Amino acid sequence: MSITSYNGSALIAMVGKDCFAIASDRRLGVNFQTIACDFQRIFKIHDHLYIGLSGLATDVQTMHQRLNFRHKLYQLREERNMRPETFASLVSAMLYEKRFGPYFCEPIIAGLNDDGTPFICTTDLIGAKQLAKDFVVSGTASESLYGACESMYKPDLGPDELFEVISQALLASVDRDCISGWGGIVHVVTPNQVITKTLKGRMD
Amino acid sequence: MECIFGLVGDGFALLVADTSQVQSIVVQKTNEDKIMILDSHKLLGVTGESGDRVQFSEYIQKNILLYQYRNGIPLSTAAAANFTRGELATALRKSPYQVNMMIAGWEKDQGPSLYYLDYISTLHKLEKGGMGYGAYFLLSLMDRYYEKNMSLEKALELVDKCIKEVRSRLVASPPNFIVKIVDKDGARELAWRRTVEDQQGPPSSSAPEASPMSEDVSVQA
Repeated sequence: MSITSYNGSALIAMVGKDCFAIASDRRLGVNFQTIACDFQRIFKIHDHLYIGLSGLATDVQTMHQRLNFRHKLYQLREERNMRPETFASLVSAMLYEKRFGPYFCEPIIAGLNDDGTPFICTTDLIGAKQLAKDFVVSGTASESLYGACESMYKPDLGPDELFEVISQALLASVDRDCISGWGGIVHVVTPNQVITKTLKGRMD
Repeated sequence: MECIFGLVGDGFALLVADTSQVQSIVVQKTNEDKIMILDSHKLLGVTGESGDRVQFSEYIQKNILLYQYRNGIPLSTAAAANFTRGELATALRKSPYQVNMMIAGWEKDQGPSLYYLDYISTLHKLEKGGMGYGAYFLLSLMDRYYEKNMSLEKALELVDKCIKEVRSRLVASPPNFIVKIVDKDGARELAWRRTVEDQQGPPSSSAPEASPMSEDVSVQA
């Protein structure tokens, strides 16, 4: 089995009207054995910036710790939070630093700019950034995720509709991938609040 | 065919490990203690490459104690688990340790906790978990029979069910297991589950002969 499909993962981020949603599955597995159904893949960097990391779980944890450290250092120096585009460039640079011995994780970054417009982007494991206007996906179920998102997505959805669309897309896709799934978690972020919901899906 | 598993009960955490030391097809001993007591309220159960197992667990134990001596207070279980993960992760892309481990601890405010830490330093907090080939059998047993806040008797019944399953269904299964517990009274050995006794010294059917080797030798100052 390839190293990026050792632990299994599925991640989506979608853009709505002045909001964004980021969702992931919750399985932690070792090849075909499931270890836990409450693994955290989406991490809050600050109130309006979230990063989801798919791929090898150990690198997910290491990347999260390093990014947290770098952002806290930035906050101390600049006395403000990092903007999403800046953070995406930071992630890209950190991944390319390890070009010839990379972290086996593929992040998706989702945030709200200062003016409230949503920002999403994804990078590959060596930091090639890809911005998008509608949705980004990552993980072992990425092919199913692309199909589900493409058919279900509509622009300018409100927070509630966006939650429905992203949840249905996630659950439909992970049901077709045996090493991801076992529940889901969705964060819908607007300028004033964050709504976090866990999804009950097929536990298989 | 090493096997290690653990579970969290009402105010305690149990760790169970097999006690076979195997080199290729030879069982060298069947009373090898693979669960190290890190400090008064922490256990570290380790399986994997023998040299790495002993080396890494002793290194972690000494560093946990060093923190306590330097700072005057012991590390929390979460901190100890994250420290161990950090050491494994740093070594991962240089010269990796091939050890899988489970960390169990008890603290006054958090109560008991159990962590899964595999050889590529994936850390996860769990209520119940296992590693090795035995895990293929006992994870589903634990899914079926485990409840939150089990009493010690019920937990030991579950542990015995798991050991029985591993013994009957795993080819070349380890004969002996050790059970250690950590609760408010500290980390200590709780029980053994033996089917084979390790022999001490050469077998003899007659009374042992007196020889210089078997006498106590006192040193004249």
